[in-house]
Amino acid sequence: MRDAMFYAGCAMGHKIQGRALVAKDGFSARYDLDRIKGVFSRPEHVLAGQSYLGRVLILDAAKGGVATAWMLFEMASRSMIPLALVLNRANPIMAQGAAHAGLPLMSDFDCDITSVIPSGALVELEPSVERPYLKLLRDDTNGAPSLG
Amino acid sequence: MKLTDEERAMLSGECGPLRHWAIAHQIQVGRYFHATDLVQIAQAHIMCDTESLGEAGVQWLERWMGLPDAQRRVRVPTITDPRGTDFFAAPRLKQENWMVERERRTTVALESCGILMTNTCINYQTIMPPLLGEHVAYGDTGVVIYTNSVLGARSNFEGGPSAFAAALTGCTPRYGYHLEARRQPTLHIVTTFTPQSLDGWGALGAMVGKLAGDYWSVPLVSGLERIPGSDEMKHFGAAAASFGSVALFHLSGITPEAKLARDFSASVSSLPQFRLGGRDLEAFRQRYGQTTGKVDLVVFSAPQLSIVEIQQVADLLAGRQVKIPLLAITSPQVKPDADRMGLTARIEAAGGTVLAGMCFYNSYAREMAEANGWKSLASNSAKLVNIIGGYGYSPTLLSMEQCIDVACAGGSV
Repeated sequence: MRDAMFYAGCAMGHKIQGRALVAKDGFSARYDLDRIKGVFSRPEHVLAGQSYLGRVLILDAAKGGVATAWMLFEMASRSMIPLALVLNRANPIMAQGAAHAGLPLMSDFDCDITSVIPSGALVELEPSVERPYLKLLRDDTNGAPSLG
Repeated sequence: MKLTDEERAMLSGECGPLRHWAIAHQIQVGRYFHATDLVQIAQAHIMCDTESLGEAGVQWLERWMGLPDAQRRVRVPTITDPRGTDFFAAPRLKQENWMVERERRTTVALESCGILMTNTCINYQTIMPPLLGEHVAYGDTGVVIYTNSVLGARSNFEGGPSAFAAALTGCTPRYGYHLEARRQPTLHIVTTFTPQSLDGWGALGAMVGKLAGDYWSVPLVSGLERIPGSDEMKHFGAAAASFGSVALFHLSGITPEAKLARDFSASVSSLPQFRLGGRDLEAFRQRYGQTTGKVDLVVFSAPQLSIVEIQQVADLLAGRQVKIPLLAITSPQVKPDADRMGLTARIEAAGGTVLAGMCFYNSYAREMAEANGWKSLASNSAKLVNIIGGYGYSPTLLSMEQCIDVACAGGSV
């Protein structure tokens, strides 16, 4: 799987590299996070208790309400934000919030992106090119599956 | 994206740095969703509670106050969503001064742009409901889903920054539910029961939202035996939006775009079909009805209560006394009516508290829990029950009558 490329139908932001945190679950800053501590806090979330700081967060779909649009900006101001957000399906709030916060965002792949990227793998995102992509650089997770 | 001369002028900075930010933000979002142009809007509605804004967001708004009036004034009527406090009741909630001060600063910043501080998520019941086919830029998922589905107006979820941008430019990127093609149903849900209570409508909305699954799904629901009232639609939509991020639903033969079954007849038979019955409702209630045996407070909120709901709470409390906090939260438009009609006095004589202009979950709910020792909460709002777990509460969904029984029994369920 090393150097496997996955192309996104929708993308914004700048190129980054980082470790993936992957789960088959949704994302909402208000519903799911303790934004002060930088961890998932909703007990039912697959990633409950885990830190998202400095991680490329790869999840299924945007959930919940409109608050995330302001919250991503506030989280970025304290450097308590994921490195990037990758979703199977984004909603307008994620795009609006990512645009305001300067957070790289990708969605709409031709596969279930949470199934093909193992949690902990090193990935590269390039949203700013004509054909935006997510590249799996190194999978040193020994086949550990993504969560959920 | 195709831009008009006016939009190009804003992008070039001719209309000042704030409008330049606004149109550039809209273009970035519009491009993400492959919008080809922007559409003129009639109104904007901004979510701007400071629990979401944080200090960074408040300072970001304040930075524009020094601009000339012509450069910072909104171009369409613009109103606000509930705030993070009731300015008259913050001490009773044990909210701290910095929270209230942050809300005051936000008020000053937004008013300097000509924004009307309505502080409500039920503007479709109280302010100026948009018309069928009208394009608007609304924040608050409950407002958007009601506006799209019940009124037949057109809006995407517009988060605070984007609704503010739309207010400043008078337009919004034309994608999602501004496009007719996106408003067609994508799944068909047949219900074999028709809820009888607000929490029941919320539960049905929650299950519909979960089945729909995401923003781009449009559920068509059939099988309802009567037309739900405005408050029932409110709870149904708010829950569908909360549990599923859904922004538009159709009720067969009821909502304006599904008034005639033939509207969708070409495609309905080919849609994925699901059934919801009494057992599903019971399973949902089991999941959100579990408690540790005692709740610390009862909250009626999310969405804010209509005058009719306030009257129902007052009637149910007649001759009784609550033994744990009971909060009934409404809009600044409804509250004076409730005061004038004696409803507030009746609720407060029974030991309850009527609040206005806020909503429970966006009012520093975590801090209020710590300050007041609140851990478990009962509500008839499926939306609130869904959200509040993330703030550390153990929530229970009950009917309005059951909530009041629990409050009068000292929290015993």
